[in-house]
Amino acid sequence: MTNSMNGKLKGVIVALLSVILGLVMGAVIMLVSGHDPIAGYSAMIQGSFGDLSYFGETLRQSTPLILTALAFAVASTAGFFNIGIEGQSLLGWLGAVWCALAFPDLPKFILLPACLIVGALFGAFWAGIAGMLKAFFNTSEVIITIMLNYIALYLSNFVIRDIITDGKDATPIIPDAASLRSPGLEQLTDYSRLHYGIIIAVLMCVIVWILMQKTTTGYELRAVGMNPFASQYAGMSTKRNIILAMVISGALAGLGGTMEGLGTFKNIFTQNSLPGLGFNGMAVSLLGGGNPFGIIAAGVLFGALKTGGLLMPTEAGVPEELVDIVIALIIFFVGASYLITYLLDKLPAKKNALKEGGE
Amino acid sequence: MAEADYVIEMLGITKKFGDFVANDNINLQVKKGEIHALLGENGAGKSTLMNVLFGLLEPTSGEIRVNGQKVNITDPNTANKLGIGMVHQHFMLVDKFTVTENIILGSEPNKFGFINKKEATKEIKNISEKYQLKVDPSVVVRDITVGMQQRVEILKTLYRGADILIFDEPTAVLTPQEIEELMSIMKSLVKEGKSIIVITHKLDEIKEVADRCTVIRRGKYIETVDVATTTQQGLANLMVGRNVLFTTEKKAAEPKEIVLAVEDLVVKESRGLNAVNQLSLEVRAGEVLGIAGIDGNGQSELIQAITGLAKVSAGTIKLNGQMINNLPPRKITQAGLGHIPEDRHKFGLILPMSLAENIALQTYYQKPLSNHGFLNYKEINQFARERIEEFDVRTANELVPASALSGGNQQKAIIAREIYRNPDLLIAAQPTRGLDVGAIEFIHKRLIEQRDNGKAVLLMSFELEEILNVSDRIAVMYEGKIVAVVDPKETNEQELGLLMAGASLAQAHAVEEGKATAEEVTTLDK
Repeated sequence: MTNSMNGKLKGVIVALLSVILGLVMGAVIMLVSGHDPIAGYSAMIQGSFGDLSYFGETLRQSTPLILTALAFAVASTAGFFNIGIEGQSLLGWLGAVWCALAFPDLPKFILLPACLIVGALFGAFWAGIAGMLKAFFNTSEVIITIMLNYIALYLSNFVIRDIITDGKDATPIIPDAASLRSPGLEQLTDYSRLHYGIIIAVLMCVIVWILMQKTTTGYELRAVGMNPFASQYAGMSTKRNIILAMVISGALAGLGGTMEGLGTFKNIFTQNSLPGLGFNGMAVSLLGGGNPFGIIAAGVLFGALKTGGLLMPTEAGVPEELVDIVIALIIFFVGASYLITYLLDKLPAKKNALKEGGE
Repeated sequence: MAEADYVIEMLGITKKFGDFVANDNINLQVKKGEIHALLGENGAGKSTLMNVLFGLLEPTSGEIRVNGQKVNITDPNTANKLGIGMVHQHFMLVDKFTVTENIILGSEPNKFGFINKKEATKEIKNISEKYQLKVDPSVVVRDITVGMQQRVEILKTLYRGADILIFDEPTAVLTPQEIEELMSIMKSLVKEGKSIIVITHKLDEIKEVADRCTVIRRGKYIETVDVATTTQQGLANLMVGRNVLFTTEKKAAEPKEIVLAVEDLVVKESRGLNAVNQLSLEVRAGEVLGIAGIDGNGQSELIQAITGLAKVSAGTIKLNGQMINNLPPRKITQAGLGHIPEDRHKFGLILPMSLAENIALQTYYQKPLSNHGFLNYKEINQFARERIEEFDVRTANELVPASALSGGNQQKAIIAREIYRNPDLLIAAQPTRGLDVGAIEFIHKRLIEQRDNGKAVLLMSFELEEILNVSDRIAVMYEGKIVAVVDPKETNEQELGLLMAGASLAQAHAVEEGKATAEEVTTLDK
């Protein structure tokens, strides 16, 4: 039947329209504030795909977003609204750096995987708290994860200042044995900061896709998300699946943060506010329709907006704040994709109504 | 105007849902100051008709007049303005608000945007005294009894100035004493000039309070009768109809060992009342036990308890001699249970998933459908195609979402899935609800086939025809208990109807043999 094919196609159309609408609105704002939108967007394209170095930066920027978007997608497939990806990714970042600094003398083939695993575990643990509370006490995951985000933020600041360092705002740089940096990839992209993380992110997309579509575990997670009553009837444990979904989601989020710690920054520093990995990841997931491969595409787009945006102030004189507004507008239209879906549905419905009326 | 004798006239009301005709040219005329009963079996179209009157549904055709004036009721607010109020079966109350707050909700008396609670309380007190609706306006709704909550619902409609009150199955959730009180409230309401429409299928209640009764059957208007001059049996006959029974051919049952044994089972519903109250029953291999009863007498809770979906508070359930009390559903399934659930959309299917994935819902974790945790879609689709073929499920293919199938074909897919495992006990709850005659016949045949293969079948249905047709023994359930077990060959719809309404077997026999009238049975009851 037409359902699934049409559904997928429609998803892609809605996503593209969201992006276009966001860009158009951004152009309007630039025009109104007296800037040249064509120059602005040229600078953005130049700054994201213009040469190999920029492209490498775009991919680097998108790496953690792909992972946090995957995290959000897994949770929402199981019917769980994980707003806590912010906190989970921050703790993953912290865990990975902490692990690297704690065992500086281990060889790379042990230390790097260990740091990745610790990062994932920190995120999984943090998400697991919300999962347990939901499964056993039916508490709202939304409130719990929002609050856990703040606890994670201050917990991480505390650990950086008072445990890892002696009152400093940033940890030392991690040993090379824990680094995801790849001289090969850097050279290939004309000395961008592109690191092995992108390979991990793409690999995780494939693994998550296989998990969700090809395994009994994924079948159960999808079933519980779509209809918890029928899942219970069929003998699946809703509690187990809720916790499992959260743990997987948290692990992916933690891995997202780990990318910043082991790849981009090679340390962790105190933050005044949540770093935004999770919230941007949610937007990427929505834009990608929750599909792992859609998420890769949406993640690269977001990476491009972020890195390309950096060139807009210098090349086109568009202030940084406006760049953020343009990005926010695109996210807004992604979130408002319901509106676009509604309009798309309305068009053929109207035609049909006219036809029926005529008969 | 002579028509103004009637406060409500619904003339030639037809309501279609797609191809399904829920109301087919129905007439309902309610006189001022009367209690008018609307009688019909489950799914006869009573609620649809009332939803049309209350503005929740738009009729496909037909005309509604209020006090002789033709009206167009587009939404509940319009209905309220015309003086029509509805007391819903499931109360529309805010648990955490007080009685007063609930009553004024949506039409708060206010001064400059501030709620004038004093005035509201005064008015509520006036109304409640006038109609003897005893309530304490200051308590929180969560803390009062169900009967009291219903009075709040009634007050709510009166506060909004309703002259015509619709009661939707008002006694379904009440205790016997609360029912008595409700009856006297209804009588005092009409004494004060209100008119009442009461939707019900409880014959004794109609006899007690109603003046006239309109019977509908399968969406069609049958007759409007004077209650005083019609017997309960007469009403039952009108409700069920005298159609020739559509019987499925079957040989005599050969019951063997006990497969399901339920003893002194207690299951509580959400409000904490005993929905199943010390119930015992047995189902043997090679027989179909039918459970007859009016909706809401604990049948759903009984089945949910057996299948592991509801908690057992007391008593024992044994399947093939093994205790299955409060076991997880999968353990019970593996112990030999197949379950065709009452609500096929909520429990039976995961509608957005493909038909194949739905057919695999009970066996996806076993070989060959999966191996070491990896699904084998080739096998799953193949398995689905076989079941589709075997049970004649009409579908484009096995990959469409389950939601794309018609109700009958969805049900066939569920039955295919459940019968495939050849369970020792097959529970079929309302297996033919909403299905066309062809599908019903097919499903009945399959149930009897299971029986003939030496399996036990437990059939729960609100359709007496279905129960009489398919069962080898009939257990009548009333208020959470089995009140009688009868042989379908030695009973009929009238007797079952009396038993389902709470009469004892002796009383029902007396009526059957003409030694007593149905009225006497109900007076004896008190």
